[in-house]
Amino acid sequence: MVVLGGFYVVMILLMVLADFAYTDLESLKRTLSEPEIQYSLKLSLLSCTLSTLMSLVVAVPIGYIMSRFTFRGQSVVDAILDIPIVLPPLVVGISLLVLFNYPPFHWLSRWVVFEVPAVVLAQFMVACAFAVRTMRVSFDQIPVRFEQVALTLGCNRSQAFWLVVFPQSRRGLLAAGTLAWARSLGEFGPILVFAGSTRMRTEVLPTSVYLEMQSGDLKGMLSVSILMIALSAAVLILARALGMQRINA
Amino acid sequence: MIKLDQIELHQGDFHLQQLCLDIPKGCYAVLMGKSGCGKTTLLEILAGLRPVQAGSIWLGHQEVTHLKPAARQLGYVPQDRALFPTMRVREQLGFSLRLRPFSKEEISKRVNEMARWLNLEHLMERLPQSLSGGEAQRVALGRALASRPGILCLDEPLSGLDQDLHDEACSLLESIHQETGMTILHVTHSRHEADRLANRLWVIDEGQVRPSA
Repeated sequence: MVVLGGFYVVMILLMVLADFAYTDLESLKRTLSEPEIQYSLKLSLLSCTLSTLMSLVVAVPIGYIMSRFTFRGQSVVDAILDIPIVLPPLVVGISLLVLFNYPPFHWLSRWVVFEVPAVVLAQFMVACAFAVRTMRVSFDQIPVRFEQVALTLGCNRSQAFWLVVFPQSRRGLLAAGTLAWARSLGEFGPILVFAGSTRMRTEVLPTSVYLEMQSGDLKGMLSVSILMIALSAAVLILARALGMQRINA
Repeated sequence: MIKLDQIELHQGDFHLQQLCLDIPKGCYAVLMGKSGCGKTTLLEILAGLRPVQAGSIWLGHQEVTHLKPAARQLGYVPQDRALFPTMRVREQLGFSLRLRPFSKEEISKRVNEMARWLNLEHLMERLPQSLSGGEAQRVALGRALASRPGILCLDEPLSGLDQDLHDEACSLLESIHQETGMTILHVTHSRHEADRLANRLWVIDEGQVRPSA
């Protein structure tokens, strides 16, 4: 077991190290100073943050309802919520594109499809499923007894949630946010189909990797990849550091 | 006064059948029974956390069968105490008061009074994780009593305490009863606890409650 687990950890490290080994500092500096890559970086940071916030706003109530209530058709809803996780990412993009051919979405398509909102929506559709799953597990781990006691102390259901349950779910919220942000950052297929890959318009970091590869600039592609690895690692480290601080507090 | 009249509850293999219980005002009532016989369920029914299929529930002179828990004016301390993990002792004691139309000064005054009464003054800034069993039990009692309910329901309140703390907690419960004059329903499986505290003693068995000899 140790050998198998160790092999996987070593493989991850070797993949990352190979990226670093194949490029050089000069290429990294040159690529990162290009206005297209800087635009791509800014759009990635903005869209990932927006899609993460949207995912959390949706994931908290859905996660809570799925954790606490039993209703007819619950298993069907549960399966529907998992669809974006199991669906090939490209199919998510195609489905969004088709959806925006029908009203009422069609009325908005000129402001959404192949524009920046399409980037955010494509990221949200996949990231939210992961956030919902994480929040549900988080609420499952909080005993119902706390809400029951809060009800006897004078709370209504909404107060019991916001005053007693929600503060206890902050680690889950942090985990869901981190996961959603990291998923959004890595999202490529749905963005390519639904938002396109127009430079200085709907280009995010995975799109940049794709465009650099298309133009045969292997070192440029690896430089953007290294930037993505650094961003993902920074988010994970930050989330863990914040989580630890709160636990210690 | 607590009155349960012809209560019916059927959940799988568990049944309460035409259960009746009448506890006079100001009484310290103890309900005994084996594990799984429905003691906790009965308290949850009183607190409004579990709906009944038939029968009526009276607290004081008000029928509360269909009232929500918040409207029942009843203090409830569960067996595991369920202190809110993110709140300090001061916040736990003031929790129910902040939900009511009290001024900040009034809340602070009542919280401090409660802390003094239950000897919690030195623990006010502590989180529940850092409290001992006896301290956690006093905080749970203080939280339930802060809004001054007319009735207090205690679910195995002395479980998990060692002998010294057990005796100390018994004395505290006696003092709470004497000073407030409230009606207390205390659920336990300990005969010793019942003998020490009870004005009246009931036993729950096979879905029925009967007075104990």
